[in-house]
Amino acid sequence: MNEQQNKPSWQNLFIYLLAFSSGFCIMGIELLGGRILAPFFGSSVHIWGSIITVFMLSLSFGYLAGGKLSTQNASLKKYGFIFVLASITILPVAIWSTPIMELIFLNVEDSRYGSLLACAALFFIPTIILGMISPYSVRLLVTDKDSSGQTAGKLYFVSTLGSALGTIITSFYFVLFFEVDNIIMVFSSVLGMLGVFAIFLNKSAKPLNVNTIGAVHE
Amino acid sequence: MNKFYISMLTFFCLLLGFTTSISAEVIHQERSLYRNILVDDKGDSRCLKFNVKSNKTNQSCLYKSDPQRLVFNYTKLLFSGLLLIEEPKNILIIGLGGGTMSNTLHQLYPNSVITNVEIDPAVVKVARQYFGFIENQSVTSVIQDGRIFIKRAIIKKQKYDWIILDAFNGDYIPEHLLTQEFIQETKSLLNENGVLSANTFSVSDLYAHESATYKSVFGDFYNVRNYKNSNRIILASKGKLPSLTVINQRVSALKDRLTPFGVDLEQVSNQMTSTIIEQDWPENTKILTDQFSPANLLNN
Repeated sequence: MNEQQNKPSWQNLFIYLLAFSSGFCIMGIELLGGRILAPFFGSSVHIWGSIITVFMLSLSFGYLAGGKLSTQNASLKKYGFIFVLASITILPVAIWSTPIMELIFLNVEDSRYGSLLACAALFFIPTIILGMISPYSVRLLVTDKDSSGQTAGKLYFVSTLGSALGTIITSFYFVLFFEVDNIIMVFSSVLGMLGVFAIFLNKSAKPLNVNTIGAVHE
Repeated sequence: MNKFYISMLTFFCLLLGFTTSISAEVIHQERSLYRNILVDDKGDSRCLKFNVKSNKTNQSCLYKSDPQRLVFNYTKLLFSGLLLIEEPKNILIIGLGGGTMSNTLHQLYPNSVITNVEIDPAVVKVARQYFGFIENQSVTSVIQDGRIFIKRAIIKKQKYDWIILDAFNGDYIPEHLLTQEFIQETKSLLNENGVLSANTFSVSDLYAHESATYKSVFGDFYNVRNYKNSNRIILASKGKLPSLTVINQRVSALKDRLTPFGVDLEQVSNQMTSTIIEQDWPENTKILTDQFSPANLLNN
C-alpha cells in the first residue's frame, strides 16, 4: 500500500497539471489586468496597488472557501466543477470589461478608488474561485499525515512555477502576438476544458478514487 | 627648460579646460514616483534628465544666458503645428518636461489658454524651480495621467485648437497613449480645424505601427523630421490639410516672431512631408489598439 502511494499515479499527475494551469492563468490574468485598466485609470503605480490588493484578497478568501469545500466528500468531479466555474466567471473580463469600467469611470472621480473598484468588479469572483484550487488539490493529493507537508510543498512548487511562467510568457510574448481579450478567452477555455476533463475522468476512474479517499480516512 | 615649463603649463591648462567642459554639475536630484529626476548645469546649458546622467536622456534643456531660445530640434519642429491653424486659442500639452513648450507658446500668444498635463508632480516642481515654468491665469498645469485627463475632458465637452503630445521619453512609452482608441479620444477633443502634434520616434519597428495607427484615425498627416536625429513629429489635422500656398503664407507671417526662440520656420516647413506623397510603411501594418499595444516591445 505504502509503495503504491509513493508512486505518483496518473491521477495525481493530472491534478498537478491542473494546479500548474491554474497558477499560469491566475498570473496571466493579473498581468493583463494592468493592460485592461490602463485606458480608464492610467498606468501609474496605484493601478498595480489595486490589482495586487484585489488578487491577494480574493485568493485569501478562495483558500478559505476551497479548504472548507474539500471537507465535504472531496472528489475529482467537484474539483473539475471549480475549474468550469472559474472558466465561466473569467468570461466577463473579456466580454464586458469596457462597459463595466466606463460605468465606474463616470461615477468615481479618483482614479485610485476607481481602479480598485473596477478591479474588484472584474477579478474578485474569478480569483476567489481560482484560489479554491490549491487547498482542494492538497486534499486530493494527500494520502497520509507524514507526507502531507511534502505533498503540499510539491503542489505549491508546481502551481507557483505555473504562475511564474504565466507571468513571463504573457508579458514577453502573448501581448506581442495576441489581443488581450483573446488571451483571456484562451485562459478561460483551457481552464474550462481541463475542468470538463476532470469531471469525465472522475466517472471513468471511480474505483481508484474510492481507494485513495479510503486511504486518507484511515 | 623654459620650453618644458610652457608645455607643462599648456598641458595642465588643457586638462583643466577639458575636465570643466565635460563635467556637469548636478544641481538637483530626486527619485519620484515614476523615475529618477536629474537637473544638471553644464556651461551655459541646464538640462532635465530622467534616470541616468547620459546625454541621450535629456528631456528638456535651456540656455541660462538666453532662456527663451530653444535648444532641442524636436521642440522647434513642434512649431510646424502653427502652420496648420490660425492663432490657437486653447492649447493642451500632454507631458510637461521643463515646461519649455508652454513658456514659449505663452510668450507667443499671451491671451491663449494653455493647459499642461503631467503625470509626475516632481516634474512640475522641478520645471517651476529650475526651468522658470510660468503659471498664471491663462497657463495651468494638471497632475494626471494623460489618458484620464482626456477622457474626463470629453465628458466635460472641452475643446482645443491644438493638442501637443509629448509624453514619451527615450526609454519608456506609456502604451495606453499610443492606441487607436486614445488617438480617437484625442481627436474628439479638437475643434473643427484643430491640430494634433505628437512628438515620437522615427526609428524601430514601432514607426510603422504608430504611423498606421495615426492614419487610421486622421487619414493622411504630415511627418516633420530632420534625418539627423531620431525624433519625428506627427502633425495631423481634424479638418482638411491646408494647401501649400496657405502654409507658405503662414510661414512668412510668423517667421519673424519665432526667430527670437531660435526657430527657423522656413526650415521647419521644409521638413514637413505629407503621407499623401510619401507613405514609408507597409500597407498591411498592424494597428495599435487597447487590445494590442506592445509599444515598448516593438521599440527595440
